[in-house]
Amino acid sequence: MLARLRGPLTDRRAGLLLGAPAVAVVLIVLAMLVFVAIQAWPTFQHNGLGWLGDGPAPTGGTVDQQLGSMVEGGEAPPPSAYAIKAWPLIFGTALTTVLSIAIGIVVSVLAAIFIVDLAPRRVRNVVVPVVRLLAAVPSVIYGLIGILVLVPFVNDNLISEGQRQSVQNVIPLTGPGLLVSVVLLTLMVTPIMIALITDALESVPRGWREGALALGVTQWRATMSVAVKAIRPAIVAAAVLASARALGEAIMLSMVSGSNGYAPRIQDGLIFLFEPLRPLAATIAENTESINSAALKSTLYAFAFLLLVSCFVLSLGSYFIKRSLRAQGAR
Amino acid sequence: MSTPTLPARPAGGAGAGAGSGANGPRERLRRLRAELRHWRVTDLIGVAAAWVVGIGLCVVAASILGYMLVQGLRYLSLDLLVTQPEPSLNQTRSGGILDPILGTVIMVIVGTLIALPLAVGAALWVVEFGRPRWLARTVESMIEVIAGSPSIVIAIFGLAIFQLPLMSWMSFTADGGAVFGRSFLTAGAMMSLIAIPSIFTATREALLSIPQHLREASYALGKTRWSTIRAVLLPSVRPGIATGTALGMGRIAGDTAIIVVLLGATLRIEPEGGVPLWGTLTGTGSTLTSYVYNNSPAGEGGAPEKAYAAAFVLLLIVLALNALVSIAGRRDPARTLQK
Repeated sequence: MLARLRGPLTDRRAGLLLGAPAVAVVLIVLAMLVFVAIQAWPTFQHNGLGWLGDGPAPTGGTVDQQLGSMVEGGEAPPPSAYAIKAWPLIFGTALTTVLSIAIGIVVSVLAAIFIVDLAPRRVRNVVVPVVRLLAAVPSVIYGLIGILVLVPFVNDNLISEGQRQSVQNVIPLTGPGLLVSVVLLTLMVTPIMIALITDALESVPRGWREGALALGVTQWRATMSVAVKAIRPAIVAAAVLASARALGEAIMLSMVSGSNGYAPRIQDGLIFLFEPLRPLAATIAENTESINSAALKSTLYAFAFLLLVSCFVLSLGSYFIKRSLRAQGAR
Repeated sequence: MSTPTLPARPAGGAGAGAGSGANGPRERLRRLRAELRHWRVTDLIGVAAAWVVGIGLCVVAASILGYMLVQGLRYLSLDLLVTQPEPSLNQTRSGGILDPILGTVIMVIVGTLIALPLAVGAALWVVEFGRPRWLARTVESMIEVIAGSPSIVIAIFGLAIFQLPLMSWMSFTADGGAVFGRSFLTAGAMMSLIAIPSIFTATREALLSIPQHLREASYALGKTRWSTIRAVLLPSVRPGIATGTALGMGRIAGDTAIIVVLLGATLRIEPEGGVPLWGTLTGTGSTLTSYVYNNSPAGEGGAPEKAYAAAFVLLLIVLALNALVSIAGRRDPARTLQK
């Protein structure tokens, strides 16, 4: 078989030979969508779309208690075992993603301007590898640093005894939570965004910026009003890529989010930042060991399906935003 | 990019003295002040913020690296590297990290071996054949879908297919006939999905950067497409493939979600059945990432010292792979920049 590859192959055969892996990749992705949807179906069947919502499930209890009781349902659970209201998990996912992307956009645009425009060559030669390095650090290492360094720091220095007591009947404040999660998530997604935005900023034609400079604008103004405006599609693309990563980050967030199916309440003020949560992806990662229980299995696949659909919608949305921006003359 | 149109770089904050001008620092500072007098406060704040962010990134990276270096060197010993882990809650008796290291190596090899032919074949087909057009476009967008899918979703998808009775040869089957679905082979198959996008993109970019006349010269000599690919195209895209592969290997080595879900979470490498190599592949084990996860306070082990040591080794592996990327990139005549 391999010996024949060395010999001459007709164009047609070569096309088939190389087309096979290409088609295989397509089939794998389709299989992924189909399999996850099939496994998720019982959850939708028993709860409708209601499981996405808030409030107590028909069987009562918090999300974590509902997930726990699913494990007891075993391999052939009664229909009532499927009952779940997953809003706290969904809210936790959305909250961490939106916050880290919002901070990430500002940071990465500033960093890209710094790299392309401001930094002297020597500083630049340091910053560019540093960004690449930050992008390469595995998420579990961020998680380890988070849980062993940042979480104790937040617990000892930032949370006061009064804050702890004010919510002690609702939720324990022990350090892991929204603040540490968002800080680390931002640190994880920013390097990807910086890489994309820097590339785009570098490809803005020199003439555009010089045109602005010739009109007497300062260098900063020229960058902000011409270059950054021109690369809006790239910023959108970077934000979407980064939010796909943030949505799906399971391990790091399972380590530092406090792993508690609780929806942080903004009306709690500063305490909001310290309240624990647990996003969908982390919930999947933590519960796969008990996947033999049919109800839990279907629920976890429903979470996975939700993540897949969100990523898909995001990239579709970015496609249309990019297209309309390009139609306005952005690059 | 240097901007000769301006007399001096507007630079606020700590890094203002960086770079040596032709006129000496004092002259530069004076001209900077004159320049900045015309700037609005908001602009000055913007410039300062950009500097703070740029320097801040370096500080953060340096502190992460420095911290891992200190903790790693403190807890790592040669002994730790060559002894097998023991299931013990006592940190002094829980053994070394030999099996996780081997696990990571096996995982990277299996994942890369599966991903390489798929990704390179798909890229060659899309660029060199690419008919019908809609199929080529579908392949490209499906690979984008893979790149955008969370690895935990890929992992749980793997569990769904490898627990099918049809796939029982890839892992271990319990007495009741339930397929376990977790092994080096199943985890590696899903890991390959993580590596495919980077290899595919790098190969495609490299292929696209080859001038058309090279292909035409080969066709003019009467070569078929296949021998053109083998003799002309593949040799010149090899650096691109190498870059993408090293990048993909780094992603495989660093991924935790797939390992946690699909490798069976045994501390040691537990071969399945008697056949030497195949037994290991269909058996369970652990990698450095799952070892770090399980030994952190988040897992059950609670052995932070071992976790630091393993994380340090993992960081070294990933950074070495990344260094390979920049070396391969420098050798690459097309200078294929990977994102």
